[in-house]
Amino acid sequence: MRIPQPPVRRRLLPARSLRRRWFAATALACAVTLAVAGCGGDTTDGKTVGAGTTPTFAAGTTMAKIAAAGKVTVGTKFDQPLFGLKGLDGKVVGFDVEIAKIISAGLGINESGITFVETPSSQREGAIQQSKVDFVVATYTINDKRKQLVSFAGPYYQAGQDIMVKKDNTTITGPESLRPANAKVCSVSGSTPAEKIKQYVDASNIVLFDVYSKCADALRTGQVDAVTTDNVVLLGLADASGGAFKLVDKPFTTEPYGIGIKKGDIAFCQFINEQLTAASADGRYAKAWQSTAGKVTGTTPTLPTLATCS
Amino acid sequence: MGVITDNVGLYADGLLGTLKICGLAAVAALLLGIVLAAFRVSPVAPLRATGTAYITLVRNCPLTIVLFFFAFGLPEVGINGAYFSFGVAGLAVYTAAFVCEAVRSGIGAVDAGQVEAARAIGLTFGQSLRLIVLPQAVRAVIPPLGNVVIAMIKNSAILGAFGVGGELYSVANTLNSARGEPALPVYTGVVIGYLIIIIPAGLLLRILEKRMTVTR
Repeated sequence: MRIPQPPVRRRLLPARSLRRRWFAATALACAVTLAVAGCGGDTTDGKTVGAGTTPTFAAGTTMAKIAAAGKVTVGTKFDQPLFGLKGLDGKVVGFDVEIAKIISAGLGINESGITFVETPSSQREGAIQQSKVDFVVATYTINDKRKQLVSFAGPYYQAGQDIMVKKDNTTITGPESLRPANAKVCSVSGSTPAEKIKQYVDASNIVLFDVYSKCADALRTGQVDAVTTDNVVLLGLADASGGAFKLVDKPFTTEPYGIGIKKGDIAFCQFINEQLTAASADGRYAKAWQSTAGKVTGTTPTLPTLATCS
Repeated sequence: MGVITDNVGLYADGLLGTLKICGLAAVAALLLGIVLAAFRVSPVAPLRATGTAYITLVRNCPLTIVLFFFAFGLPEVGINGAYFSFGVAGLAVYTAAFVCEAVRSGIGAVDAGQVEAARAIGLTFGQSLRLIVLPQAVRAVIPPLGNVVIAMIKNSAILGAFGVGGELYSVANTLNSARGEPALPVYTGVVIGYLIIIIPAGLLLRILEKRMTVTR
């Protein structure tokens, strides 16, 4: 009785077969687009990668494997404005995404060959170790604890804890100016920035919430005078404020963002570092910044000194 | 368990913070709650309506929302103040609704003949409530009021999310998230902290209850 059931059901649901047809059509369209893009080579967005320039790599390396597959899976954040933010259209945009594109281009893979996978902070090491991703670009601070689990290429950006104030505030110019100004400072309870700021502000002047959006609201209504955390997060808040907030732009900690890869994959690390250096030299690094986070900062960072691969 | 002994100072600060919040909020909630209960049993219709409206609105609103209106609503209309005051006020306003209903149930437990007798000898509504009804109602009210206060002490843990620092629960957040201490011992310490406050409070209530008992 049970075995013939599924086909009957399928016939009862024409919508499903319609959807299938739609899928098939879409897939075909995609294939056509791909083929056209492939034939067109590098003309689409000025990248110097095409069918004719596929790089060659030593057999057995991660680069060779990815290049042979012709596609790459990259872990990034989907909720970090300016760095990795997935929009309603399903596209992930941001500086991390651009860095991933630069690395992938070096492997002979253009944008359509990249699959972005969401890797929130707590899931990054696992995603790398379980080979769910080829590499991770996700506002990933390099530190010794993490180095025990994964290896890092880069750093490609140096973030740091900074302070955000109202646009017309001129008294707060850095962490040292907070105490003299008797400023109330907001951050998220239990976060590293909240601990760090304790050395600059009296405990009674620290206001802690569970999320940064509440801090932004408190700053807007004048309940606090400043908000502090990594400048990357602040940039997103400042951007969302529509010009009401500004960053002091004097980072007082260093958070080097690296590209997470399988532990001990030195060849891949060196390859990524070469790509970063090349992108920095030919202006693609600066362009990646200017088209994303640079829209808010105005200034463009230079590529930090790369760490030795180990 | 080393985490608890290593950070006794931090826990003690949190304990004091929670005590301070709860002490202030409990006094305010009791006063406001009794006034509201008087409103609800008063012969004046507008007062009754006010009391009923308050209970309907506040008791049916999640505490988080009440606190949200205090911490983010008041600054929006230009009332700025310390988050500590906002938090205590929000907690008191919320708890007062439950205090009111507990007190009202106590008033209901007083024999109707008592009120009739009080009115018959010429006491006003206020006098009969103050001198005859409430003193008797208190006895019936202590156990449910104890529940309300204990619930309030535990509810105070949420204030950490509204800018009120230095209470017991936020200590766990600092130790666990920022300093990377393991969660289990850290939160065990928090439980011990709440027990240190609540168990004596419970004992105090039991003593009060015994003292107030009248053998009929």
